[in-house]
Order: sequence, then structure tokens, then C-alpha cells
Amino acid sequence: MAGLIRVEQLCKSYRSGDQTQEVLKGLDLQINAGELVAIMGQSGSGKSTLMNILGCLDVPSAGRYLLDGQDVGRLDSDRLAQLRGRQIGFVFQGFNLLPRNNALENVALPLLYAGVAKVERHRRAMAMLEQVGLADYASRRPNQLSGGQQQRVAIARALINQPQLILADEPTGNLDTQTSAEIMDLFQCLNRDRHITVILVTHAVEVAMYASRLIRISDGRVVNDGPTTQPINNPS
Amino acid sequence: MIITPLLGEAWSAMRANRTRSFLTMLGMIIGVAAVVLMLAFGRGAQDNINDSIARMGSNLLIILSGTTTSGGLRMGMGSSPTLSLDDAKAIAELPTIAHASPVTSGLAQLIYGSNNWSTQVTGVMPDYLSVRNWLVVEGVAFGEADVRAGTQVCLLGQTAAENLFGSTNPVGKTLRIKQMPFLVVGLLERKGQSMEGRNQDDVVLVPVTTAQRRLFGASFPGSVQHIMAQAVSTELAGQAQEDITVLLRQRHRITDQGLANKQDDFTVRNLSELAKTAAATTETFSLLLGAIASISLLVGGIGIMNIMLVSVTERTREIGIRLAVGARRRDITTQFLIESAIISVFGCLIGIVVGMGGAWLGQVLFGLNAVITGTSVLLSLLVAGGIGIFFGLYPARKAAQLNPIDALRQ
Repeated sequence: MAGLIRVEQLCKSYRSGDQTQEVLKGLDLQINAGELVAIMGQSGSGKSTLMNILGCLDVPSAGRYLLDGQDVGRLDSDRLAQLRGRQIGFVFQGFNLLPRNNALENVALPLLYAGVAKVERHRRAMAMLEQVGLADYASRRPNQLSGGQQQRVAIARALINQPQLILADEPTGNLDTQTSAEIMDLFQCLNRDRHITVILVTHAVEVAMYASRLIRISDGRVVNDGPTTQPINNPS
Repeated sequence: MIITPLLGEAWSAMRANRTRSFLTMLGMIIGVAAVVLMLAFGRGAQDNINDSIARMGSNLLIILSGTTTSGGLRMGMGSSPTLSLDDAKAIAELPTIAHASPVTSGLAQLIYGSNNWSTQVTGVMPDYLSVRNWLVVEGVAFGEADVRAGTQVCLLGQTAAENLFGSTNPVGKTLRIKQMPFLVVGLLERKGQSMEGRNQDDVVLVPVTTAQRRLFGASFPGSVQHIMAQAVSTELAGQAQEDITVLLRQRHRITDQGLANKQDDFTVRNLSELAKTAAATTETFSLLLGAIASISLLVGGIGIMNIMLVSVTERTREIGIRLAVGARRRDITTQFLIESAIISVFGCLIGIVVGMGGAWLGQVLFGLNAVITGTSVLLSLLVAGGIGIFFGLYPARKAAQLNPIDALRQ
């Protein structure tokens, strides 16, 4: 398996007023296709910033990010939108579903921007809802669904364009233990059966244990990288 | 392009904010209604004037005889008997003139049975009816033979007929003018008021020769008060005026040279010139009204921009989600543009209906003449659509320029 993601000397700084805050300080990382990776770190360690850059939602201040051999920094906004829509599925902590649209429409949204015809959009979205076990909830709006159900809808939306990479930023952060386990089973299943690369950010050790590789980030750098079977060197 | 699904997205966004969408639309509705209404009333006023002109007779030229001085008193236009029947005939033969008729008129008392009525009795040639665009609705007009023989026949205007005959058909009856019997041969079409407000139907037409010989006499044999002529077209009315002047100078032996430097003893007035001025005035007026109404359309457009900007701010997160799942910048721009276009086009359609209703009310309640043309409706539709897109462009671009992650952090 070749490196799906290669990050070299990645830097990201934010300017607030006169002060410049460096969040990522020359981070190097390589993730191969088919891996299930958990990223852990304290608040402010830069793990979410890293996820946003990996998901093409944000751009680095310096350094290179190669996705599937392509230098993302050189792409224009249309190509980035295409990457976000077709190669990457993003799952957020806050679900980020459109409140006015029902579950089916939310799942079908990426297909709309990929130019798929209406009938086909609905057929594929329905099939995807079935896979996450929500076929009966297709016409419900997000506020009529439980947190776990909303996150399943969000995962269905992330999967609809058959991406090779799923990025999940604290996907279980708003869910109870039982539901968290179900969602994590779903991710594990996707990784094992469909060979989708999954990268997830979490601060919960039991969630991280679902992954096969654990990366620890602190102060904008990778401080620990290894299989989850190794004893975790927890500095806190 | 993915316009059709974006149309659906825009539509559902508008439905979610019904009150706001309607209030935004209201600016557009009022603006368009004002434009439609003003154009309708402006056009109505123009039509009124054109009607009056058509009733008076189109491309009309009036030739008045000159002035005379009697014992130191200047008698004013038309008092000198310088125009003759032969002048009228010569004018009628000019190539730029379609028809011409001499006119000699005066007040006379009419009697039929126990009714009597004082009215304008006008001696004319049969061509007078063509000059004035006047039709005979009952019976027939008198002809050239009647003029040559000076027969005692007459055509009645509607008002004169009503006052003398009531509801009975006057054709074939004999009435008396200045105690002389006249056979009514025809009834004239109703013409209504002239531009100065004179009742044009209170009239009796008789052959000009009969008027001269039997009713009013003539200061000189064959002289007439004035001549009415119709130019072949509006464009040639000015040329016809020139031609008549040249012809009459020649006939009256008036030259610019030598000792016999005489002033013209006649005046040619071009009424179509007058009509054109009146029409131009109303056109300017209705344009002005339309321009004022367009300002409210502009204000409506700014209202749309205002609300769309608020909407973009409010929906930043939604924009972030859409960008995160693969929307390109132009998809976002298109969606917001469609929203503002829908608001303005729907507002415009409702505004047109409201404007039409207002025009109808104006007609029913105040008797104003309102004419709604397809062009004015189409024009306001295009302008409103344009305004919607123009004023939607800035908010839409602002939405599309958002950074996905900044939008999601909201």
C-alpha cells in the first residue's frame, strides 16, 4: 500500500490582532491506504487543525500536503471542492446536517454538487440510509432524530460518493457510551470490509482503541506514533 | 449546470423564512405596481389626446382669412373676406392635400314641430366630412350636386338632433332654419368634446352655397370664413402648409418684392403641429412619472440586497456545510442569486397584478383612462429580474468567498 497521505513540515498559524499563534509547527506524517488511525492530543494541540487541513477545509501556512500523490496546495478552489465532494468524507462532532432538509436530502447533498440526476440521487441516498440502518427515518429532519441517528446520517452523507478517505473529528464527542460504540463499530466495519481509510480525532482512549494505529500530537508536533496494541504512553 | 436542484434548495430556503421573504418581496411589489400604474395612466392620457386629435380630424390645416380695419377698429382674424370658394377648390387640388372644404358658419334658430333650438349652422363642401373624419350614421351625406344647386338639405349632429327630434329618427323630416324649410338627409356620428371642451355634436351642416345664399349671405360673392384642409400624411403636413401659403400668395397676388409689398391676407394654421406638441407633453409627463416610480423599484432592489446580506450572515454554517460536501464557489453564488431572482420575479408578478388592480380601480372610481400594454409589463418584468440579480450579486459573492472552515466554525 502506497502512502495515501503524506504531510511534510506542515505549519499553520493564525493571526489574532498583533499576535500570531502557531498551531502546527512543522508536522510530518504518512498514512497509508486502508489504515484506521486515531489521533489524540490535548485541547489546543492542533489535532483539529490538522484534520481540517487533511480534509481540504483549510489550507496550511507552510509545508506540503500530498493526497494520493497530488499536491493539494497547488489546487484551485474548484478542484478542492471536487476533492471534498468525491474523495473525502468528513464526519463532524456536531453532525453538521442541514436543519431544514430531511435525512434523505442530507445524505443526497454531495451527489447534488457532483451533478447526479435527481432520481439516481434519491436511489443512492436511500440505499446508503439502509446500510446505516436508518431506512425508516428517511423523511425525518435532523431535530426529529437522536444524536446517534444524526451521526449515522452524517456518516451516510460522508460515504455517499464512495470516498477513499473518511475523516472524523470527535465523531462520538456528543454521544453516549452505547451509541459511541455503535458508531465506532460502523467505522471499523467500513475500514475492514470496504478498505476505506479512516482517520479519527478523539480524546477518549476507549474510542482510540478501535483504531489499529495511534498518533499523539502535542504542541503542533507528532510526539508518539505506533500501533494501539502497544502500551499507551500517556503524559497527562 | 445544476440549476434545477439549486432552484429547489433556494425555494425551500425561502419557504423557511416566509415572513421575511414576503416583506422583501413587498418592496418589489410596490415598486413594480407603481411603475405599471404610472405607465398605464401615462399611456391612458396619451390615448385620450390621440383620440381627441383623431376626432378633430387628423393632419388638419386651417386657413383663416386676414384682418380688416373698420373705422379704426381692427377686426381680428377671419374678419376680412379674402378667402373664396375658388381658393378652397385650388387648395383641394394640391398634391400634398387629401381633402379641403370651405367653411361658413353662424348661429341660427332651428324649429321642428313645437321644438326650437339655437345652434351652429355650418356651410361646407361634402369633403368636409372626410377632412374631419366624420361619418354619417343614418341616411346619406349631401353631394356636389347639392352644393352646385344650393339645395336646402342638412346633416344633423347628435346633440342638435336630440334637442329637436328627441328619440325619433330625423332622417327624411323637414325642419326650419331661419324660417326656411330644410330636408334632413343624414345624421352624423357622435364626436364628443373637442380638445377645448366644445360640444362638437351641436351642429347642423348645410351645403356651403346654401349657407352663403340663403342663410348668412356673404360680404363678397363667393367669400368664405375659413378653409379646412387635410394633408395626405402627418409627415407632409408641414409641406402642405408651405404649399398652401405659396398657392394663396400667388392667387392673391402677394409678392415680397417691389413696391407692392403686401402682408399675407390669410393665415395657415397646422393643427397636427399642435397635436404633436400635446402628445409630446404627455409623453414627457408619463416618462417622468415612470422615472419616479422606478426609484421605488431601486429602493426595493436595495431591500433585497439588505435581506440577502442578513441571510448570508445567518446561514454561514449552512454555506460551510455545503462547501464541505463538495459545493464549488459558483454553486453557492448561483443558489443565492436564484433566491434573490425568485424574490424579485415573484414580487414583480404580484406587483403587476396589483398595478393592474390599481389601474382598474382608478378607472372605476375616478374615471381615469389607464392602458396597460404588454410592453410595459414585459419591461417591468425584465427590469425587476435584472434588479434581483444585480442586487443579489454582492451578497451571493460574499457567501461564496467564505472559507469552508471559517464558515463551519460559526
